[in-house]
Parts: sequence; C-alpha cells; structure tokens
Amino acid sequence: MVAWQKAMVVEVRRETPNAKTFRLKLPAVSEHVAGQYYVLRLTAEDGYTAQRDYSVASVPGSDLVDLTVELLPGGEVSEFLHEVVEPGDELEVRGPIGGWFAWRGDSPALGVAGGSGVVPLMSMLRLSRLRDPSLFRLVVSARRPADLYYGAEVVGPQTTVVYTRQTPPSWPRPVGRLTADDLAPTLTPTQTVYVCGTPPFCDHATGLLESLGVSTDRIRVERFGPS
Amino acid sequence: MAITRGFTGRRKTRDPRLPPGQYDAGADWPVLNAEATPRIGTDRWTFTIDGLVEQPVSWTWAEIQALPRSRYEGAIHCVTTWSKFDMTFDGVSVDTLLEAVSLSPDAAYVMATSHTGYATNLPLEDVTGGKAWVVWTVDGSPLTTEHGGPARLLVPHLYFWKSAKWVSGLRVMASDEPGFWERNGYHDRGDPWLEQRYQGD
Repeated sequence: MVAWQKAMVVEVRRETPNAKTFRLKLPAVSEHVAGQYYVLRLTAEDGYTAQRDYSVASVPGSDLVDLTVELLPGGEVSEFLHEVVEPGDELEVRGPIGGWFAWRGDSPALGVAGGSGVVPLMSMLRLSRLRDPSLFRLVVSARRPADLYYGAEVVGPQTTVVYTRQTPPSWPRPVGRLTADDLAPTLTPTQTVYVCGTPPFCDHATGLLESLGVSTDRIRVERFGPS
Repeated sequence: MAITRGFTGRRKTRDPRLPPGQYDAGADWPVLNAEATPRIGTDRWTFTIDGLVEQPVSWTWAEIQALPRSRYEGAIHCVTTWSKFDMTFDGVSVDTLLEAVSLSPDAAYVMATSHTGYATNLPLEDVTGGKAWVVWTVDGSPLTTEHGGPARLLVPHLYFWKSAKWVSGLRVMASDEPGFWERNGYHDRGDPWLEQRYQGD
C-alpha cells in the first residue's frame, strides 16, 4: 500500500482569511506530479482517526510539500488544522495520489480554477515557471482580492484573474462570474484543460469551454466538495 | 499510528454503519467526476452486455424500463471519505440483465463502461447475487445528470467510483484489467470495510 509517513509541520502561512498553507517536511523527497494530492490523517489518543485529501501546491522534487487547506465551517479536519496545528507538530500523510488530474510539465496546458481549486493548479504554475512558462496558462476566479490564494505569486503574464464580487482599484474587468471572453484568449488547439473548483464552478467552466469548441476529451475536472 | 497533538475528533455519535475512515455526509451528496458532465438523453441511451457472452444484448431506455424493477435501500460510500445512509434507488437488478445472455464458462470479471468513456472493473461475483443494479431513480426522483442520470450502475457494497455514472454497459472478461481510476492509482476491488482505497491497500 501507499505507506503512511510522518511529516513535520515546518511552516504555517495564511493565504486568505479562510485558507492556510501547511509546509510539511517528509522523510523523503516527494515525487508527486503537479496536480496530485496527499491524504492527511489525524489520530486521537483512543485511536479514532479522521482523514481528508489535500492537493499539493508546491513543485515535485523536494522533501518539503505545501498543502493548502480551506477552512470549511464545521469541518472536523480543516478546523483542527487551522485552529490547533503549528510548526513542530507531526502529522501523518500518505501519497502522492491521483494520476489523472496531473500534469508533467512537458505539454501545453490550461488551468481554470475557482476559489480553493487553484491549489493543484498552483503546483502546475510553479512547475511551468521552472520548466517552460509558455506551456501553461492559468485562469483563476476569486470573490475579492483578499480571497485570491498565493497573492502576488499567482499573478503574472501566464495568469488571468477574474473577480466575481469586488476588484482591486482600477481593475480593467468588471466584477462578474467567469465568461467565455475570459477563457477564449487563453485557448490553444492542443492543450489539456484542468478545471478545478466547486461542482457548480466546474460545470459552469466546462460548459464555457465546450461552447468555445474545446472537446470534452481534452478537459479534466477535479471537483472540490465538502469532503 | 501516531497520535496527533491536541486532536480529539468529533465522533461521539459515530454511526456503526460507517466504514473506517468515512464520515456521514448527512443531507449533502457531493459530486465527483473526472470529466465534463455529459448530457445524454433517454432517446440516445442504451445499455449493452458484450464480451464473453454467446450473443451480446442491448436495451433501449424503453426496453430496460419494461424489465422487472428492483430496489436498493441503504448506504453508499465514496472513497473521498463521505458516506450517505438511507438512500433508496430504483432500477433493475444486474442479475435480471445477465439472465438475457449466456455467459462463457471463462467469465470472471466485468468492465462497466459509461457513455463518457469512463470505465471501472469489477469481479463478476460483485455484480451478481443481488449486489448490483442499473438505477434511474433515487429517493423517488429521476437521477439527475450530475449523479449519473439518466441511469448509473449501483454497486453499493464497494466504493462509489465502481457505480459508473451514465452507464452504457458491461463487458464480460476472463481476467481482470484496470478501469479509469484503477489505472490512476485506485484499488481494483474497493471494499470500504477493508479500506481498499488505493492500489496495494
């Protein structure tokens, strides 16, 4: 089986009011593919466990992995991670897992992210910046500037940011949900498109992509649910 | 297993019907699929059993609706750790469908296929003996597209990725071969009570 490993929390960074990144030091280098995730397990003294899947935001090839966790109201695991866990704590993880929603950094790709769905696509963006930035484009939708994960790092020539509720001052695009016009300039004929976000966001985005002529066999979807 | 500092958990009312590592999703029914949600009308929907059978058989929507109905009442378990209790699905038993074909003596596995190209592998014994259905209503309402409508496979004793959405048929095989998630790291059988989540579990 994919073995459980002990990981040490070495840094906790706040990304947004509702999201924190936990930098974990693993016993060995993580050979994950951008887009994959780890399962994180919490164990109580009486042996009770709770586990959830968290996407990796960092690039492969290091023994440090960044897992960004959205705080879900009433979330047994996310609330514990946000409220209790601090550097020096030990957590158990197993992975990396997932071979479908994964990008090796050597073929054209587009990421379309809503909210916390940007996490696995951030791994792809970071990987592309190390390999060949021309291969990867990212369209990310956030409610307000404060809700944009990875702040200054995510923006740049590869990235289109769409705000749905509030924009930064003198932002050229008015607020509103993702449109075909936002996606059209980012499309190329051969790219694989990775869509990640809530189920309604994914359905909306894949509908737009299909309306722009992207065939469904080039679209890969990861729906983040309340799990 | 290492104890996590400060973690007590919230399992005071843990339901004995929950397999290990699962939680009760309550009223939520999370949606997880790897492809764009397709729109398949009942006019185009078919279900086919082929592979190691004497003669392949196909049903149209009207034909499958005319078969004797069968109901499943109980829980479903998703590998992403949610479970749902007290679900009611109506459709037709896979046993009824298999009565229409003559299986080869070598038949031991099936590949369940979808109209989207999705596929998932199952031992024949996991889809026979009253353990699997093709269903089109849930809790009395038509299955919505996001949950696999017009019809999906239902194999509730295994993790729910085995219950192929938008199901298009069963291909009968002599030996096991991996389906979509199984090629991508997930377990070939997927028994939630044994926590067979990933290859090698």
